[in-house]
Amino acid sequence: MKKSALAALLLTFATQLHAADATPMAEDPVVEARLVAISEELRCLVCQNESLAASRAELAQDLRREVRTLIRDGKSDADIRAYLVARYGDFVLYRPPVKPSTWLLWFGPFLLLAGGAAGLVAYLRRRAGRVDATPLSATDRAAAEALLADTTAPRPKDDR
Amino acid sequence: MKRFLIPLGIFLVLVVFLAVGLNRDPHEVPSPLVGKPAPAFRLEQLGAPGKTFAPADMRGQVWLLNVWASWCVSCRAEHPLLVAFARQGGLPIVGLNYKEVRGDGETDVKKLAAGDELVLTRQRADAWLQRHGNPYFLSVLDMDGRVGIDYGVYGVPETYLIDKQGVIRFKQIGPITPEALDKKILPLARQLAAES
Repeated sequence: MKKSALAALLLTFATQLHAADATPMAEDPVVEARLVAISEELRCLVCQNESLAASRAELAQDLRREVRTLIRDGKSDADIRAYLVARYGDFVLYRPPVKPSTWLLWFGPFLLLAGGAAGLVAYLRRRAGRVDATPLSATDRAAAEALLADTTAPRPKDDR
Repeated sequence: MKRFLIPLGIFLVLVVFLAVGLNRDPHEVPSPLVGKPAPAFRLEQLGAPGKTFAPADMRGQVWLLNVWASWCVSCRAEHPLLVAFARQGGLPIVGLNYKEVRGDGETDVKKLAAGDELVLTRQRADAWLQRHGNPYFLSVLDMDGRVGIDYGVYGVPETYLIDKQGVIRFKQIGPITPEALDKKILPLARQLAAES
């Protein structure tokens, strides 16, 4: 009895400790909403497949703190992105800007698509030239018709 | 014959692309700061309480800014190289001690009394340098990592080579290898030292 009471007590405290550890950042819902909207579009540099909004890495926490400060300072979303790009490069943006060094990234898929389509057209044209459209001879036609008319012939046995 | 050459060609191109992709470290993000002036800061020094340091103090010199912390495992791997390098008297190395207390993943600074973080930072950083040797001309304390953010630090250790005008000319991400030192940092540093 005593043991279970102690366990219950410990559990209560455990959850409370967790509650204290969770960052109490929901002070200003407007700032938080903007923070989430901006940082979802930014890459965490430590765990590169996570957004800055989702990452629990130390650096991501620091950067969220910086972004929060910038929002409070009245900076625009573009200013904040520029702030991070100046430090970490275009790599932090999940949507890289369109510029000469990213042309291949943006237009490469369309280039591949166009190449594939051109290849397909060329292949079909070549194939059309190779398949000759000789009409069926009279004897062949008669043989085919005889086969089709002969419904009494045993059907090939289905082995399956 | 042509039938086989085209797929073979495409295959070879793919192999080259994949080989290059496999041999690149995705964690090495090229820094946009190379070629730009080193961000200014003024931070307290490790060995001398009350004294500060700013990158402007190094004007006219080619120097290295090395980001380190006692909790950083790779820094320890890199450290003997830095100590040996400093002994040869190559370049002045300024240490940027990065989040010594906050970065260790264990200490909650919110529970520390005011001023305790600085005391703890000095204790840990000093102890570590005494144990492993001190290659630094001086070290400064970036306790909350703000200066680190200005320098685009995302993984310690990182090292910046800064020229006489205070422009970042090279950034090493991760520990300096003997190869990087001999083939990249030293030749570039010599060239920069020759510039007026």
